[in-house]
Amino acid sequence: MALLEILAYPDPRLKQVSEPIAAVDNALRALIADIEETMRAGPGGVGIAAPQVGHFVRVVIVDVPPRKKSSSHGRQVLVNPEITEWDGMVIGREGCMSVPDYTGNVIRAERITLHALDEQGLVREFEMHGFEARAVQHEIDHLDGFLFLDRLVSRRNDLFRRKIYQAPPG
Amino acid sequence: MQWTMVTVIGNDRPGIVARVSAALFEHGCHLGEASMMRLGGNFTIMLMVGHDGDASEVEAILVPVTGPLGLRLHVDRIEGHLHDHLVPDVRVTVFGADRAGIVAQVTGLLAEAGLNILDLESDVGGSEQAPIYVMHIEGTVGEGLERLRTALAGLADTGIDIRVEPIETLIG
Repeated sequence: MALLEILAYPDPRLKQVSEPIAAVDNALRALIADIEETMRAGPGGVGIAAPQVGHFVRVVIVDVPPRKKSSSHGRQVLVNPEITEWDGMVIGREGCMSVPDYTGNVIRAERITLHALDEQGLVREFEMHGFEARAVQHEIDHLDGFLFLDRLVSRRNDLFRRKIYQAPPG
Repeated sequence: MQWTMVTVIGNDRPGIVARVSAALFEHGCHLGEASMMRLGGNFTIMLMVGHDGDASEVEAILVPVTGPLGLRLHVDRIEGHLHDHLVPDVRVTVFGADRAGIVAQVTGLLAEAGLNILDLESDVGGSEQAPIYVMHIEGTVGEGLERLRTALAGLADTGIDIRVEPIETLIG
């Protein structure tokens, strides 16, 4: 286990697109352990993507504790994650270990469906919403070379209540 | 880096920010954090300017720009520095028919309940006959969110709508 160096914007490597993982093996599991240790060493981080620590492969880890209004799946390792459905949109505040001392508002889908491989190489499918869905979208953006800075909206754009205007289900 | 806070206000017109920042850049100044807003048709800006000289030198750089545009200029040496952000954990939105005293009432109660305001902006909309007042506040309150709600509950029947929401910042 080792703490890895976190790349910080404007490091151009954060803009590159990461490669899919071909095989989930022990070498990958060792890397995942180092990435997770690095995430947990930072203050308040609920997610991390491999390219943030200089490994340009499609691996993210999220660990969003359940909240009052928002259930979650806890610790998840997502290898080659792909979001297949997006629903609703909501503004929330984000920061990033790769962008110290700055937070800003970003629009994300309220609910997502995704599939990924887990640490054993098994296919998993998830439905996520709220804060956890936000975390996964933020991390998958890293795999495609995007930072939350690429998606900032003005703090004066008051769309915060947007989701209550959506039609009720059915 | 020595910082000064530069305040410029006056009649709004296109190009003020460009001219002010160009003059500062040409004289070797750095810009820090800034907030520009149009308030009541006025141009207003507060701008951290880094310059290792006397505050009067910053003023001398800007007078040739602000003077001809009829803008008022004020320069203060400040103790501030960059990389000192606090992350807000609560948002308070207040709106209602405009009347004197809304801000004093609401912010008074919020201060007593432990809110530290980091950012406040307010606007008057509606019409001249029926103006409405809208205010957004972001700040830090720590564990005291319910205390804020309790403190503001008494204003519910005064015709002001108030919403208190946590801001959860995702660090990813």
